Amino acid sequence: MSGGYAPGPVDRAAAGAPVFAEREVALVDLLDRLLAKGVVISGDVTISIAEVDLVRVSLRALVSSVNEDVPSPWGDRAPRRAAPRGRGR
Amino acid sequence: MNGTRTASYVYAVTRPFDEDRLTGARGVGGAPVRLVVQDGLAAAVSAVPLDEFDEDALAERLEDRAWLEATARAHHAVVDAVARSAVAMPLRLSTLYRDDDRVRAVLRGNRERFGAVLTRLDGRVEWGVKVYADPDRAAARPTPDEPRAPAGVGAGRAYLNRRREQRHGREDAWRAAAELARRLDERLRELAEAGERHRPQDGRLSGASGENVLNAAYLVARGGDGERFLRAVREFGRDLAAGVRVELSGPWAPYSFAGGAAAGAPDPVGPGEPA
Repeated sequence: MSGGYAPGPVDRAAAGAPVFAEREVALVDLLDRLLAKGVVISGDVTISIAEVDLVRVSLRALVSSVNEDVPSPWGDRAPRRAAPRGRGR
Repeated sequence: MNGTRTASYVYAVTRPFDEDRLTGARGVGGAPVRLVVQDGLAAAVSAVPLDEFDEDALAERLEDRAWLEATARAHHAVVDAVARSAVAMPLRLSTLYRDDDRVRAVLRGNRERFGAVLTRLDGRVEWGVKVYADPDRAAARPTPDEPRAPAGVGAGRAYLNRRREQRHGREDAWRAAAELARRLDERLRELAEAGERHRPQDGRLSGASGENVLNAAYLVARGGDGERFLRAVREFGRDLAAGVRVELSGPWAPYSFAGGAAAGAPDPVGPGEPA
């Protein structure tokens, strides 16, 4: 909608309903927070996956799932190659 | 490899609270969630099969949209469950330790740093605010007094006029969205304790129409400050120019504000991009 305003669950929250009420959040909004930000602690296992790679790999997976014909928006540098599992249908 | 070995997946660092409050919470793979307590800190943890999360497996699974989404949503559900009971410092997706002893060692080793972050986040929530420019929608709006195109030469001129108006409509929408983003971000930073910018979202990922020109998160205290913040967002959301859209999400656990604080420095990314 042009000039529209999507308030999300704000009205409920402002009305005093419990914060963090059950709700479906958009996956992209979640990944913004889970991949790009958040505390980085050196885990024992995943430490060697660089931050940038992690973001690229996962977003690429999403783009692929939306449309297999969409080329990688990051072009040049191919992320780790993995079997094309779970893509499209 | 022995497929039954497990690792400790850490969702969030928090202050110790009654673990019973996590009864029913399920983490990645549906595993029950527990608190690992050390030095006045607690980590919300569940066991995951190590072979699913070693480096190679993880790289592959991150390509698997269904796995990524299920893992992200499970992570989020646990963070939310923690945040309902106590202050939560969310960790990045897939932070694993070999066992709970290693988790305790990490809590011990970061006692002051984590404590400072938790103090800073306590009583705060995160709100997400996005601004979109949707020039096509603006351009598609019929001009109110557009004359009906006559036949012949006049039709061509009318067409050109219409195209020019559409182009102007687009430019106006861009300008309006950029200007709104700037003013909105400036105002919300005044009302919030901190602001962070995420990268604008790709419409192919979000499915949203238009171009995302602002993708920001704000750390806001609950109560009066929160009310003022939300009121400001609503006010900005009124009387928007054609082709401009504001979206609010939240409240979130303070995902976007755990990292910068943990690094020991506030992270003031200004409205202007750093050179």
